[in-house]
Amino acid sequence: MANKTTIELFVNGDRYELAIDSHRTLAQVLREDLDLIGTKIGCNQGDCGACTVLLEGRSVCSCLTLALEAAGQQITTIEGLAPSAEQLHPIQEAFVERGAVQCGFCTAGMIMSAAELLSHEPDPDDERIRSGLSGNLCRCTGYYKIVDAIGCAAKSMGTEAETAAAETGGEPS
Amino acid sequence: MSPMPRFSYHQPTTVDEALALLTQYGAAAKLIAGGTEVLPKLRSGALAPEQLISTRRIVGLEALDFDPASGLRIGGGARLSDVAACPEVQLHYPALASACQQMCTTQIRNMATVSGNLVNGSPCADTAPPLLVYGASVHLVRQGPDGSKLTERRVDLEAMFQGPGQVCVEPEELLLAIEVPPPAGRCASAYVRHSARSRVDLVSSSAAAWLSLDASGHVAQARIALGSVAPTPLRCPDGEAVLVGKQPDHALLVQAAQQAAAMAKPISDVRASQAYRRAVLPVLTRRALEACVARLQAGGSQQQGASQ
Repeated sequence: MANKTTIELFVNGDRYELAIDSHRTLAQVLREDLDLIGTKIGCNQGDCGACTVLLEGRSVCSCLTLALEAAGQQITTIEGLAPSAEQLHPIQEAFVERGAVQCGFCTAGMIMSAAELLSHEPDPDDERIRSGLSGNLCRCTGYYKIVDAIGCAAKSMGTEAETAAAETGGEPS
Repeated sequence: MSPMPRFSYHQPTTVDEALALLTQYGAAAKLIAGGTEVLPKLRSGALAPEQLISTRRIVGLEALDFDPASGLRIGGGARLSDVAACPEVQLHYPALASACQQMCTTQIRNMATVSGNLVNGSPCADTAPPLLVYGASVHLVRQGPDGSKLTERRVDLEAMFQGPGQVCVEPEELLLAIEVPPPAGRCASAYVRHSARSRVDLVSSSAAAWLSLDASGHVAQARIALGSVAPTPLRCPDGEAVLVGKQPDHALLVQAAQQAAAMAKPISDVRASQAYRRAVLPVLTRRALEACVARLQAGGSQQQGASQ
């Protein structure tokens, strides 16, 4: 069945025009067409969270999202989180510093879930962090260090926000 | 990777357009909202539609509207996370807010809709027991015989559930909204769920309760609904009848919970055994009722919710 539809995707700030078969998922298109292989496909049924990306700022399972559904929308993947090629995002930095990466397969999804959590809850306690990670499985079972890293990232991001606010003379947002 | 069947994909932007497609394709079409049920079923082969019709681009379908006089209207496209975060839902319909906050995972809540949770017809749908105790109904629309006008009907949620995976929604129909009556007087509600390992797991048994009191502190109205313990989500009039007109003391709540739980017809499955469900149900039901009473006694304001 010739079923291709041409769509626009906005991924990590870049615009792509792609002809996509209706049955392909966002996870497949990110990995196979755009070479953004940081997003992993684990269970392929919405249980493991390895494929988590932000769609219009909300965390979703890209394995359960048809690529056509993402047409015209803003997508952020793990590749788009760092501010530059030389600098990691504070969550990524904290994962490295706290040893929160074991085999690494779940890491991108964990970090994207953490990014969503911290975007609306900048100072979560451990319980809230665990709840925010409820859709992400780590088969190395390294959860303690992951929770620890996200707590550290929240603190460093809070400090950054305060410093930025002090420099501009405003209140931290 | 599990293979995905081929299908044509439609993304209507208006209700009329969606209904025209549903009329055109009938049983060959399947509606898809968040996709969290449909995609796994496509991969497993449980679903093989020729046409998939997405509701995600239908303008306005995701709306959530609360009006003190007419109640809550949950658009067919409203996602679980929107409902969970809605201040009016948290205040006036705390059992529903609680269900939407606790079920599945952040990612799935960001994708899945309340309407999808209901029309899948799963006995363990978390949003069903709360919506049953609130007396919700569903607003269904289809294309009229002349093609220009809508034909609409409203069905009590309780009547919509007909069996496991079976609901009385026709292939040509679209669930436009879930309508929930306004909160009435001095009332409270609560939802309590049990799952085997964590919240993420599908619920093994659940109970929702809604109570209103009269001026003398006696129960004016009571509603109890149970999830995952019968072929459909289950209203329990036997338990409700125990409560009406009485002082809601501990002994009465225990008795009502037992009567309600006795209406369940649980089976053994991967989530829990029949014996376990029979043991846990009166406890969950009593806790839901106790949470209602505690909030009613502590409150004194018009609407009090117990969110667990």
